[in-house]
Formats: sequence, structure tokens, C-alpha cells
Amino acid sequence: MGDPINAIANWLSGWLTALGLPASLVTVILMVLGVVVLASFVLIVDILLVWVERKVVARFQDRLGPNRLGPFGLIQPVADIIKLLIKEDITPVGADRIIYNIAPIMALAVVLLLWAVIPFAPTILGADVNVAVLYIVAVGALGTLGVIMAGWASNNKYALLGAFRTVAQMVSYEVPMVIALLVPVLLARSMGLQVIVNAQEPWYILVAPLAAIIFLITSIAELGRAPFDINEAESEIVAGFHIEYTGMKFGLFYAGELLHALTVSALFSTLFLGGWRGPFAEQVPILGVVYLFIKAFFIYWVIMWIKYSFPRLRIDQMLGFSWKFLTPLALALLIVTAILDKVIEGVSTPVYVISHLMANLIIAWGTVQLLRTYARFERKRVAEVRPVAVAPEADYKELIVQE
Amino acid sequence: MISLSYYLVFSAALFCIGLYGVLARKNAVAVLMGIELMLNAVIVNVLAFWRFRTPELIAGQAFAVMVFAVAAAEVAVGLALFISIYRRRHTVAADEIDLLKW
Amino acid sequence: MTAMQVVFLVTAVVTLGGAVMVVTARNLVHAALWLILTLFGVAVMFALLNAPFFTVVQVVIYIGAISILMIFAIMLTRRVMQDSGPQVNPGWWMSILLALLLFGGVDPLLALGKALVSPDGYVLPFELASVLLLAALIGAIVVAWEKKS
Repeated sequence: MGDPINAIANWLSGWLTALGLPASLVTVILMVLGVVVLASFVLIVDILLVWVERKVVARFQDRLGPNRLGPFGLIQPVADIIKLLIKEDITPVGADRIIYNIAPIMALAVVLLLWAVIPFAPTILGADVNVAVLYIVAVGALGTLGVIMAGWASNNKYALLGAFRTVAQMVSYEVPMVIALLVPVLLARSMGLQVIVNAQEPWYILVAPLAAIIFLITSIAELGRAPFDINEAESEIVAGFHIEYTGMKFGLFYAGELLHALTVSALFSTLFLGGWRGPFAEQVPILGVVYLFIKAFFIYWVIMWIKYSFPRLRIDQMLGFSWKFLTPLALALLIVTAILDKVIEGVSTPVYVISHLMANLIIAWGTVQLLRTYARFERKRVAEVRPVAVAPEADYKELIVQE
Repeated sequence: MISLSYYLVFSAALFCIGLYGVLARKNAVAVLMGIELMLNAVIVNVLAFWRFRTPELIAGQAFAVMVFAVAAAEVAVGLALFISIYRRRHTVAADEIDLLKW
Repeated sequence: MTAMQVVFLVTAVVTLGGAVMVVTARNLVHAALWLILTLFGVAVMFALLNAPFFTVVQVVIYIGAISILMIFAIMLTRRVMQDSGPQVNPGWWMSILLALLLFGGVDPLLALGKALVSPDGYVLPFELASVLLLAALIGAIVVAWEKKS
């Protein structure tokens, strides 16, 4: 009753079979149709995201944002798209044409691939793979490929440098992300996203808040959004790996990045905030979709909040943060969660939540203490007197004006 | 239906293409790519045997995981060696790195 | 011709075609990108073999890590931005001959292959593989370390 998508799919398959088509062909047609519907839906949400981004950044900066085109500026993204489409399509001299053209397509296609495994409702799911979490990591790895192709095919030193830095950053942050992803997998005993959502009686953000924070930080770094946007910072490296892209190709990169941010928010909601769970979601599946998108947009707003509040990190600070801080922290968290989960097997839910929460808080407190010690050490090191270069007096004696 | 022999022919062809790449290319990184093709053919072979002969045993998949691990380790060390050689001799062409030739 | 056979045929053609392009491309970065296509084809093969875990592991490890490593290594070891000169060893016709001979005579290998996948414990090889990976990681860093003189 409350599940229009499956109802339409069943009616369609019945109608096609009645027309006399073989069953395998009907399945293939339905699969293709499902893919097209999902991709179109996601891309339309992407257009909305352009408007959301500009309005929210404006409000964070105490101004209004676009409000001339249509009510509340809602037609603004359409104007942006038309502008991008009518721009001149320049290909730099000496650029590798095929790779140059494929790179922005890959950047957007890779994000669309992620939507195939996100569960929208108990019965609405693209593909119920039981290695969905690993699939997410795989698709993230493909994202780095699009960046390298863009950077190399532009025949531009700055683009190549930007691509190298971006890939170094993405690869470094993949490690703590995978380890943090293992925590909900551990708690739910499965890598399939539908199973993880079904197992979230208490939302996993209460059971493993540190893993949620680590996943959020590493995902923002994977996206290449501020404060980790050294790759596309206009003031630093002149837009990084997509310098040479204009018009709709740049639009694909930009829209791909925004959509990736929403996808990451949807994944975060699925893994830690209970996905489609909410009142009456099991009876009326369409409500599950609504809950998921409410949670996803809330996390998307948090990501934008972080973007517009923090200054940019330097590349060495960024890599040091990942390898020296996040990876050991994530490893320690995984080990403690694994041991704790085995030890308290079979206890009631409140005890389970409280004990995991306590373990997370103890690790967080320990980390903060370590950081304070390290910071004190750094302050002392920076405050000590350093030798200053001074010329010997004989050199400048004759320059001193005698009073 | 797809039988075992289809997969074996496919993996044999992939292995032979990789072998040609290893033997016939000058650039060391291109040789490494040929090695990767051969290793992929091996993994396809192992998994095909697992699926068609003993799908209930997990040892076939475990074997394939070992090959993955070894391939990854070997690529990492190999590329580190190439970069080190490039710094000394400014070349990665296999026929120019002949210091040990008599 | 069932749907599975069609899928297998298309995948096999794409993979083998990509493999041939890998070993014959003049431009090394093109060869690396063809390699990525080939590895994708092999990942689809794993899916056809009912091993979805290996499909994603192939994408993560081979395409996500090894291919990117190779592309970096190619970009860091180029003398000039273009490729010049013949890419093939003198004596390449011998390699083709050997490859064709090996492809034709695979039948005796079937029996050996069947004997190799007999049941046994696999925890010990797993631990040994982890030690191997750790040694490789440390070794690679040490070998590629630039000595500051």
C-alpha cells in the first residue's frame, strides 16, 4: 500500500509478461528501468543541491543568497546550468583528448554508483549486495582514478601537481575510513547495508560515536571539501586538477562534488543514524525514504557548516593528521570495540549501549590527554629562543652615521 | 551454460598475453603490467576451479586471497625498486639497466 | 545463447582486447588505463564466478591501489613528457611464438591444477601472507627512501 515503487514494478512486469516477452528479458528491462529511474532521481536532487549550497553559504556569511530568479531563488540552478552549457568548449593544446573527456564523466558516474547500495526503505533498495560496505570503499578508490585522469590529461604542471596532492590525500584518508567503517560492520555482524540498518535498534551513533566522527572527518577529506580542499583552493594552486576544464565539464566536476557530499551524508545516515528507521517506516515504506533524506540533508548541512567555519589545512598538516592521528586512533577504537563486543555478548540493550558509549568516551578522553601533552611539548619547542642571523659588527660599522 | 573450459581458455589467453608483455617490452613498468595480467589470469583460474570443482570448500577462495596479497606486495616493492633505479641511472628501460652483465 | 553466455563473451572480449592494448600501447599512461579496463573485465569475471567478494576486492586493491601506484611510478620515471623510440625489445617475435606455444599446450596442466586445490588448513598461509605484506611495506619504503646527503 505504501510502497509505490514495488507496486509499479510488479504491475509493469505483469503487463510485459502478458505481452509475451520471455522472463529474462522482462527482468533485464525492469533492471534497466530501475537504474534509469534511480539515476534520474539522484541527478534531479543534485540540481536542488546547487541551490541549497548557495543559500546556506549565504546565510552562514550573513547575507541573503540568490533570491531573484523564481521564489527564493529556486530557478537559480537552471540559470547556472544554461550558463555552463553555452560556454565555449576549450581543449588545451597537447591534451590527451579521450582521457580529457572521460575524466569528468568518471567523476560523476562514480558517485552515481554509490546510490545503488543505499537502502531507501525496507523494500526499496537498488542492489542488496552482502559486501556493500566493501563496495563503498571500492567506488571511493575509483574516484581517485578520475582525479588522476583529469590532472594528467590537462597537459598542465599545476593540474598534475594538484592531481598528485589530491590522490595522496584521498589514499591517505581511505585507511582510517575503512577502519572506521569496520566498526558498524562489526556491531551488525554483516557488511550488507540493509542488515546494518535493520540491526540499529539503538542508533549506532550512540553506540560508536567516535567511529562516526572519524568516518565523517575522513569522508570530508575524501570529498576534497574544506577544510581539506587544498586541491581546489583558488589562492593556492589555482583550482588544482580541474584548471583546464570549462563549461559543462567543470559543471560535471562541481555537481559531482556536491552529489558526493550528499551521498556521503546518506551513507553516514545509513551506517550511524539508522537509515530509513523512524516511526511507522516498516508499515509505510515511502516514509522510510522521507526519513532517510531528512537525516541525509541534516548531515549535509553539518558538512557545509564545517566547510564554512574552518580555515584550510596545509598538505603536510593534512597528511600528518591522517597517518599520525586518525589511523592509530581508528585502529585502537576497532580493537577495543571488538574485544568489548565479544566480552559483553548477550546483555540487554541499555547495558550494551552504555558500555560501548563508555569505551568510546574513555578512548576520546585518553586521546584528548595525549593531544594536550603533545601540544604542551610543541608550545615549549616553539617558544625557546632560536638563533637569529645577525651580521658581525665590522661589516656595518662604516654605515653607522656618527652623531 | 558456461562450463569450466571457457574460463580456463580465457585465463590461459590472458596469461599468454601477459607473458608476451613481460618478454617483449622495454620499459620496466610495462613489464610489471604484464606480470599483473599473469597474476590476474592465475586468480581467475583458481576461482574457476573452486567454483566448478569444490564450491563447498573455502580453501579455493583462501588460495585466491593469498595470490592477491602476494601480487600487491610484489607491485609495491617492484615500483619502489624502479623509482630507486631511476634516481641512480635516470632510466627504466630494461635493456639499459645492464650493470651486472658480463 | 543464454544471457550469461552473452555476458561472458562480451566480458572476455573486452578483457582480452584490453590486455592486448596494454602490451602494445606506445604511450605508457595509455597502457596503464587499458590495464584498468582489463582489471575491470576480470572483476566482472569474478562476479560471473559467484564470488562477489573478489569483485569488490579486485576493484579496491588492483584498480584502487595497484593501478594508481603504477600510474604514479610512470609519471615519476619519465625522462621527457612524450614517449619516443620503439617500445619493444628486439626479438619480440620469439615472445609471440612462446606465448602461442604455451597457449596451445595447456592440457597437461589441468591435472596439476586439480591436484593443487585439495583441502587443507589455510590459517597459517594467511598469517604468513600478512607478515609478507608487512615486510614488503617496510622494504618498499626503505628502498625508495631518498638519502639526504
